[in-house]
Amino acid sequence: MSEAWLAFSIFFAAIFTNNILLTNYLGMCSFLAVSREVKTSIGLGFAVIMVMAATSALNWLVYTYVLVPLNLVYLRYIAFILVIAAFVQLAEMVIERLSDVLYAALGIFLPLITVNCAILGASLFMVIREYSFFSAFAYGLGSGIGWTLAIIAMAGIRQKMARARIPRGLEGAGIALIITGFMAIAFMGLAGMIRI
Amino acid sequence: MPLQTFFIGIAAFCGLATFLAVLMVIADNTIANYGEVKVTINESTDYRVPGGRPLLATLAEQKLFIPSACGGRGSCGLCKVKVESDIGEYLATELPWITAEEKPENIRLSCQVKVKKDLAIRIPEELFNVKEYRATVASLRDLTHDIKEVTLKLVDPPEINARAGQFIQFQVPEYELSSESVYRAYSLSSPPQRRDIVELEIRLVPNGICTTYVHQHLKEGEEVTINGPYGEFYLRDSEREIVFIAGGSGMAPIKAILLDMAEKQISRRARYFFGARSKRDLFLVEEMQELEGKLPNFRYIPALSAPAAEDNWKGESGLITDVLDRNLESGDNVEAYLCGSPGMIDACVRVLTANGVPEELIFYDKFG
Repeated sequence: MSEAWLAFSIFFAAIFTNNILLTNYLGMCSFLAVSREVKTSIGLGFAVIMVMAATSALNWLVYTYVLVPLNLVYLRYIAFILVIAAFVQLAEMVIERLSDVLYAALGIFLPLITVNCAILGASLFMVIREYSFFSAFAYGLGSGIGWTLAIIAMAGIRQKMARARIPRGLEGAGIALIITGFMAIAFMGLAGMIRI
Repeated sequence: MPLQTFFIGIAAFCGLATFLAVLMVIADNTIANYGEVKVTINESTDYRVPGGRPLLATLAEQKLFIPSACGGRGSCGLCKVKVESDIGEYLATELPWITAEEKPENIRLSCQVKVKKDLAIRIPEELFNVKEYRATVASLRDLTHDIKEVTLKLVDPPEINARAGQFIQFQVPEYELSSESVYRAYSLSSPPQRRDIVELEIRLVPNGICTTYVHQHLKEGEEVTINGPYGEFYLRDSEREIVFIAGGSGMAPIKAILLDMAEKQISRRARYFFGARSKRDLFLVEEMQELEGKLPNFRYIPALSAPAAEDNWKGESGLITDVLDRNLESGDNVEAYLCGSPGMIDACVRVLTANGVPEELIFYDKFG
C-alpha cells in the first residue's frame, strides 16, 4: 500500500469507522457542554479540527526528533500537553490579529480546547500506532472532522429535542449521554472495515 | 546511569518549556503588539493608548472609569459603552447582556472588546467627573454583628463631588482570597456636603472577596484606593411623596439622601421602610429618629420579619413586602427609592406597581 493511500485510509477511518468521540468516548466534556446549538457547535468543531491537525503533526515532530533520540518517551504526556497549550495560545493570538470574524467565531472557543482530552488522545494514539508524519497529520485532521461531525449531529438532535417531553431525571446530560450511546452503536456498524 | 537519565529528562523538559515560553514572548511582542492606537471619546477627547487590551482596562489606565461591578470578568453586564466605529461582531461572551434595542446601537461590553485599532466611543459626560482617589481609613465601626461602617478620609484628590445616593468602587488589593486586585461597588452613606470623607456601610458576605477584606483585614490608618462617583440613584426633584425601602447595608444611600434632605430643608412627605430580621439587625435607629425631628414630614418605619422573644418588639412586623402593602394607601403621587438585595427589590417593585406606582417612578440600586 502506498504512503498516500495509507494516509487517506487513516483519514477516512478517523472520520467514520474509528471516530474518536463515538468509539473512544474522548472529548466528552466540551461535547456535552457546547452541543445545544448547531451554530456554536460548528464554531467549536472547526476550532477542534484546526488544533487537532496541527498538534498531531507538531507532537509527531517533538516525539520523533526530541523524545525518542533522548530516550525520554515517558515524558510524552507532559511534553504533548505543553505543545498543545502553547499552540492554542499562539493560534488565538494569530486569529485575533488576522480576522475579527474568525475570532468571534472560533477564537473564544480556543481556550476551551486546550484541556480537551480528545486532542491529547489523538497525539497519543498516533504515537502508539507508529504512524508516519504524513499519516499522523491525516489522522489528526480526520479525528477533528470526525469529532465535528459527531457534535453537529448531536446539536441537531438536541435542537429537535428541545420540544420533546423528556422524563425529568433524564434532562440535560442524562439524555445527551443516552443519545451519544445510540450514535455510537450506529457507528459500530462501520467498525472493523478498515484496520488502522 | 539512572542519574544521567534523570538529568537528561529534566534538561529536555526545561528546554522544551523554555523554547515554547520564548516563542510566546516573541509572539506577544510581535503578533499581539498593536502599537499605539487612538481612542476618541464623545468626539471631543482623544487618548493615545497601547493597543491589544480590553477597552475597560485601557480606559482605566487613562483614569477614565466605566462603572463595573465584577471588575472585567463579563459577569455583571454594567460596563456598557456605545462604540461608534467598527469594532467587529458581537462576541458570544457579550450577547447575554445585550438587549435587542442595544444591538443596532452597537452598545458593547467594554471589558470584552479589545482595542486593536483606532476607536470612537460615546459615554455619559458625567463619567469624566469620575476620578481615582487615594484615601486613608479614618474609622471602622460595627453597626450590627455583620455590618461595618467604614469612614475614609480622602487624601488625593482631597475632595469628592458626589450626589446623595451615588456609589463608588472600592479597590481590593491582592490578598489570600484573591490573586488579583478587584473592584466592588458600595454606596456612599455620607451626605454630599461632607466632601472630604467617604463613608460606606459594608455587610459581611461569607467568602465575599471585598467584604471579607474589609471585615477581617482592613485596619484604621491604612491607605486604600477608590474611584467614583457613579450611578443614577439620587432624589428626583418633584413634589411627590417619597417612599424609601431598604434592607441591611441598603441603608447607606438612603441615609445619604435623608441627610442631604435635612441639610437642604426639603420637607416633602417621606416614609422609610427598613426591613430586618430581628432587633440585632437594626442600626442607626437614633440617627433616624433624630432625622424625624429635623424633617417634620419624615417617618422612619423599621419592620422586623422574625423578632426574637427578648426583643419585645412593638413596631411593624412581617415581611417588608407585607408591611409596605399594609401602609401604602395609594400609589398616586408616590415616588419610590429602593436599595437592597435583588430578591427584596423585585418583590417590593411588584408590590409598588400592584398599588399603582408607575414603574418609571421606582428607582433602585440592586447590589447582587
